[in-house]
Amino acid sequence: MIKVENLSKSFGPKVAVNGVSFTVERGEVLGFLGPNGAGKSTTMRMITGFIPPSEGKVTVGQHDMIEDPIPAKRLIGYLPENAPAYTDMTVEGFLGFIAELRGMHGDARKRAVHRVVEMCFLESVLYQSIETLSKGFRHRTCLAQSIIHDPEVLVMDEPTDGLDPNQKHEVRGLIRRMGEKKAIIFSTHILEEVEAVCSRAIIIDRGQIVANGTPQQLKQQSDAAGAVLLIVRAVAGAQLVERLSGVANARRTAIVKEENGKVWARVYPKSANTNGELARNVLAAATGWQVEELHTEEGRLDEVFRSITLPETAKSAKP
Amino acid sequence: MNSISNIRAITKRELGGYFSSPVAYVFIVIFLLLTGFFTFMAGGFFERGQASLENSFFVWHPWLYLFLVPAAGMRLWAEERRVGTLELLLTLPITTWQAIAGKFLASWLFLLLALVLTFPVVITVNFLGSPDNGVIFAAYVGSFLMAGAYLAIACMTSAMTRNQVVSFIVSFVICLLLVLCGFPPVTNLLTRWDIPWLVNTVAAFSVITHFEYFTKGVVDSRDVIFFLSVIGFSLFTTGVIIRSHRAG
Repeated sequence: MIKVENLSKSFGPKVAVNGVSFTVERGEVLGFLGPNGAGKSTTMRMITGFIPPSEGKVTVGQHDMIEDPIPAKRLIGYLPENAPAYTDMTVEGFLGFIAELRGMHGDARKRAVHRVVEMCFLESVLYQSIETLSKGFRHRTCLAQSIIHDPEVLVMDEPTDGLDPNQKHEVRGLIRRMGEKKAIIFSTHILEEVEAVCSRAIIIDRGQIVANGTPQQLKQQSDAAGAVLLIVRAVAGAQLVERLSGVANARRTAIVKEENGKVWARVYPKSANTNGELARNVLAAATGWQVEELHTEEGRLDEVFRSITLPETAKSAKP
Repeated sequence: MNSISNIRAITKRELGGYFSSPVAYVFIVIFLLLTGFFTFMAGGFFERGQASLENSFFVWHPWLYLFLVPAAGMRLWAEERRVGTLELLLTLPITTWQAIAGKFLASWLFLLLALVLTFPVVITVNFLGSPDNGVIFAAYVGSFLMAGAYLAIACMTSAMTRNQVVSFIVSFVICLLLVLCGFPPVTNLLTRWDIPWLVNTVAAFSVITHFEYFTKGVVDSRDVIFFLSVIGFSLFTTGVIIRSHRAG
């Protein structure tokens, strides 16, 4: 549905986006990750046709965004960053206005407004002017306008920014449900969101794609992927490290922390740890100790994110 | 027609925007107070003893519009940019021209409304004497066209910035230049240099000269074309500015 080819954008001498390519198909939810200023918003603005790219091509459906913008824009629903809306209008007036520009009139328009008001829980503020709304309601109003025409493609810039945990949960659920039938791109800073919602994630840094894969695949790039975490009581840290170092397939053992007579230790695997082999080996080695907990770790997305996007100097300075 | 319904939707929204804030009411009240004051006090409507609005009422319009019209037009694009709704508007399936036309029409209609509300002056002069209402109507048409020309300039400067004050001042200055082109002190100064083509060119850009024909009851196609071409040029430039801003 969305095809981005070799997209670049410079603002004067500053290169904001540099040769980004990817595709999103129907039924996919693509998470767009990256530090602030990495080029996420700029990329999304080029996809939605707000700013023209310096180089490269965006195709939405069958339509080129630069050559043939109107039909391409018809397919897209867009939630810009900070969820802007005409603050002097009522929620109903605003949604009606957007529906009209989306080519819906009369009954169809009324039905469309009614549908999104229900989906985004806006009934209680329907006749309130947008400037009097709380941030959460304002955000959902803008979300509602982006899905009013039931678009095939949905582009959302930080859709959960500024929402409370319950609202975040709602919006994630909504994205996941819509993702079954649409092609969705959304950007976020929240890594747990990626795991909860995305079928694929792209990490972008300084205008370039630095990682692209399912959340699972990305997590496996983590240092701690496949490591075994062990919590035991009443054993000295040094003794624990000594015994666990001898375990088959263990590369290294590290004490995570010691507290209240308990020791947290992490055993890193030499090669890929499949089917819990390392966990069984560690358990065998721990015979006689008071084991409280033992599990294989999946790896953490935030760790991968940091190791990819931090500059080299900061990485080596890391403890 | 798709584009017409898009323009209509934007015009409707923009007009609603005027009336949902105090802007519209303040503007109309100030406009009516000032036209009333200038007509009856400064313009000496009664003292003249003429059944005409030319020298008491319409003569002030180029000067009143000078600051009132930029005030009505300054928010058109600057506000959209500041709040971020520009991103919303320009990613909808509409062309930039439809958005420009819709916004311009809304403000122009708003100015028309303010102008129509000066009707008591027309009633007064008809009550006191028997003026040529054809001349008065022609002068209204001229006034409306002149307001459109000022407004298109305000629209252009509004697209340049996200700051409404900057937009106001720049469009005020541009409109002032257009007014001064035909102001006697300026034209006399130029006549002294004795370069006839320069005097003629500068005077041709004067809104006052073009407007004066309307107030005398002459609707000349040249004057109509002058105002329409100022509108066309300014709106075209607005489009170019919006496009270039997006290109970064």
